[in-house]
Amino acid sequence: MFETVVRALSEGFLKTLELFGLTLLGSLPLGLVIAFGSMSRFKPLQKAVRALVWVVRGTPLMLQLLVVYYGPGLLFGQNIWGGGTSGRWIAAVSAFVLNYACYFSEIYRGGIEAIPKGQWEAGQVLGLKKRQIFFHIILLQVIKRILAPISNEVITLVKDTSLARVILVYEIIWESQSFIRSDGLIWPLFFTGLYYLAFTGLLTLLFGYLEKKLQFFRV
Amino acid sequence: MAFLEIKSLKKQYGSVLALDGISFGVEQGSCLAIIGSSGGGKTTLLRCLNFLERPDEGQIYLNGALLYDAADGKKLKDEALRQKRLHFGLVFQNFNLFPQYTALENVSLALRLTKAAPPEEIRKKSISLLERVGLGQRLDSYPHMLSGGQQQRVAIARALAAEPDVLCFDEPTSALDPELTGEVLKTIRALREQHITMVIVTHEIAFAREVADRVLFIDEGSIVEQGDARQVIDSPQQERTRSFLGSFQVR
Repeated sequence: MFETVVRALSEGFLKTLELFGLTLLGSLPLGLVIAFGSMSRFKPLQKAVRALVWVVRGTPLMLQLLVVYYGPGLLFGQNIWGGGTSGRWIAAVSAFVLNYACYFSEIYRGGIEAIPKGQWEAGQVLGLKKRQIFFHIILLQVIKRILAPISNEVITLVKDTSLARVILVYEIIWESQSFIRSDGLIWPLFFTGLYYLAFTGLLTLLFGYLEKKLQFFRV
Repeated sequence: MAFLEIKSLKKQYGSVLALDGISFGVEQGSCLAIIGSSGGGKTTLLRCLNFLERPDEGQIYLNGALLYDAADGKKLKDEALRQKRLHFGLVFQNFNLFPQYTALENVSLALRLTKAAPPEEIRKKSISLLERVGLGQRLDSYPHMLSGGQQQRVAIARALAAEPDVLCFDEPTSALDPELTGEVLKTIRALREQHITMVIVTHEIAFAREVADRVLFIDEGSIVEQGDARQVIDSPQQERTRSFLGSFQVR
């Protein structure tokens, strides 16, 4: 039985990891785009983006998953995500990416606004373009400043992936609950904690390493 | 017309008139010192010269040609402004070195990004600039490992790397401990001997008297008095200049 459980949980955890990885891949860059939107000097864009961030940060992720998956069907009478497992999967990844991008965008914005104006001006008087200044001068300083809050969000994401089961994404918690339904076993659910702990432990080490790597300069 | 000619420059922030029609000229290879009390418009003037601010009115002529006319300043695209900036260099009061780059990288970064020359040439040039400011031994030091005076000298080398026509200094020693100002002033003095055209905003009156050809006393956004540096500082004609300079001698 133990082996069966471990095999099922491991399979579920792979799904968890996949959701985790795809969410980061999409939300880390999208967050930067949203951050620029929320700092835009074009007021209508800035207001619209800030309203979006407010809605996304102001409602439960579980609710967003349901709205993203069922909403289009209820509104337009047509499921835009496609049917079956793959449709639910795409909807889940989309909802996660949007949700985390909004959180990351606020972290980026805080980090970018904390960089002294003099850094931009020093780049400008050297004849550099805004893009060059951002990518070659500002960005690494921002990364160093926001590493701690980003690591917080990333670790939260590991555990938030379990919410995807509300639209039947078969991640590790869903797998473990299936043993309650079929065999009346509760311990597989508790056992999932070890998977989460092992993975977040790994991430903690990784962020510690990155923090060390960035110690060569001070901001 | 002088090498750098400023014509009735005006800049207003809300209801505050920071520059109220400033005109002056700087000859090529000479040094102009700008003195005056804080909030008088000195820094604003330098920021206008480097196009970090857009003047509301006035013109800037460089080398006989109109470089900037405030009349079309509002329409100017960032890119056009960037091109104009290349003629000027600015050394900031608080250095503004890039913390994640070594002294050598700070000096070479802009040249590398604009692909001004082959990498090896840029490296050689940057090293020689740092040697010129006496930091040949600290090429690989990060800013936080350097003293304030050393950081400011790196900043001077960085500004020189772009070979500006006019090099501006915004109170280059104001953020330094007194024992560190000497090395920075010495560096500027050396540039003076190499006939680099300079505009220096400073509170170091004795230094201004020694190094500058001409001096400009600015108060409340206008030029109160200008002329030969020694003449103005030793025997000011205006009452306001006298009382400003007097406050230095008392200390």
